[in-house]
Amino acid sequence: MTPETMQRKDLLGIAELSPAEIELILDTAESFREVGERAIKKVPTLRGRTVINLFFEASTRTRSSFEIAEKRLSADNVNFSTSGSALEKGESLIDTALNLQAMAPDLVVIRHGHPGVPHMLAKRIKAGVINAGDGAHEHPTQALLDAYTIRRHKGRLAGLKVAIIGDIEHSRVVRSNVHLLTKMGARVTVGGPRTLMPVAMAAMGVEVAYTLEDALRDADVIMMLRVQLERQGRMSFPSVREYFQLFGLTTARLAAAKEDVIIMHPGPMNRGVEIASEVADGPYSVILEQVAHGVSVRMAVLYLLSGSYGEAA
Amino acid sequence: MAKNLTPKTTILDAKQMARIIRRMAGEIVERNRDLPHLLLAGIRTRGVPLAEAIAAEIERMEGQKIPVGVLDITLYRDDLSTVGPQPLVKGTRLPRSIDDCVVVLCDDVLYTGRTVRAALDELVDFGRPKAVQLAVLIDRGHRELPIQADFVGKKVPTAQSEIIEVSFQSTDGAEQVRILERGASG
Repeated sequence: MTPETMQRKDLLGIAELSPAEIELILDTAESFREVGERAIKKVPTLRGRTVINLFFEASTRTRSSFEIAEKRLSADNVNFSTSGSALEKGESLIDTALNLQAMAPDLVVIRHGHPGVPHMLAKRIKAGVINAGDGAHEHPTQALLDAYTIRRHKGRLAGLKVAIIGDIEHSRVVRSNVHLLTKMGARVTVGGPRTLMPVAMAAMGVEVAYTLEDALRDADVIMMLRVQLERQGRMSFPSVREYFQLFGLTTARLAAAKEDVIIMHPGPMNRGVEIASEVADGPYSVILEQVAHGVSVRMAVLYLLSGSYGEAA
Repeated sequence: MAKNLTPKTTILDAKQMARIIRRMAGEIVERNRDLPHLLLAGIRTRGVPLAEAIAAEIERMEGQKIPVGVLDITLYRDDLSTVGPQPLVKGTRLPRSIDDCVVVLCDDVLYTGRTVRAALDELVDFGRPKAVQLAVLIDRGHRELPIQADFVGKKVPTAQSEIIEVSFQSTDGAEQVRILERGASG
């Protein structure tokens, strides 16, 4: 079932991956986890390869995670970010792409506020492109590290009930996760206020709940999403205090879920908005493990995408 | 197995293989009297059953259990950038620290020596072994690097068009060594 190799240049989203490819990435990440446990956390695999990290949106966790992954594989990396870049000086995205191409990188990791930018870049440059988040569209490596974390705790993905709670509308994490989890046979319920719930959600093959209690019932996994205050043009709920009253995860509310539930959060967390500190730091939380696994999963993706194509039979 | 390969001869059957592995185990013990500091490291895939078989023989002879590690050298290969998609990484597992140990690398076939070069590079990332030795079931010649084995099961002169196929019960459901010939069509 698992293909022995990956035959693509880019990782733009989970939507286009097959279940077998997802398995391959997760299995490969398992091998890379061991590299992170060595005294010398570095392998020579991508020696002489150049990776450009192109971040048009602020990111600490994802960018550092990619950087560490690249360094552990011995790749040379260069970081570009919006502030001070040519883009701020009026350069078009296509010109940026052509300029990057001229520097002949092997891989480009890109985050951009607009959906589809990584896809546009992928068509124009020879290097492999990894989407590190495009608008509210996809964030494939986050979904992969979430799946990896779930698999390590539950041993499987198929048949699990996963509740994803919060700001569904503005979240790229939720879209990538819904694609991945439904492909792998998990049941997904998304929950949140109606004002943050896009109508298209039901068409993605998930259940929709409008109260926290309904969403959490019998959940094996709970993913809390950050309330993205900066992404909202208008406030979609009366106050942060009311949001926490209705949708904030507290110890008392956990009772609806399964006894061995795990709690995840893609970060950064707003304590006291979508999640109480007692839960975030509590025994069911695997939030910091997610961060650790992010490095292994990104190493796996960088490795698998750096095979050569075209000449291959 | 790859296509267009025709079996030419069987060079070792199960009985002969067992006898050779017993002899190699004896040679390893003879050279390394300090058994508590001995570690066998099998190179994936078929170095692993070889290492396990040697360890079982040593335990039978000396009553001492020898730890067996697994090396996956994929991330250290020198041909990763050439052609084709990336090979599957299955992971390395060493049961104990290799510092101050004698590590015996085990592989089924010694050919160009490039796999052993990669294994040596990987090993030093885990520590500083007291010494590293090499045990191979078949030495088929055609070295491309200055690498020789310390313990050889059988030397088999081959043509480069030939392929040595080593089978173990645990990985292939049979114990034998055969020479295969690449077919004319390819």
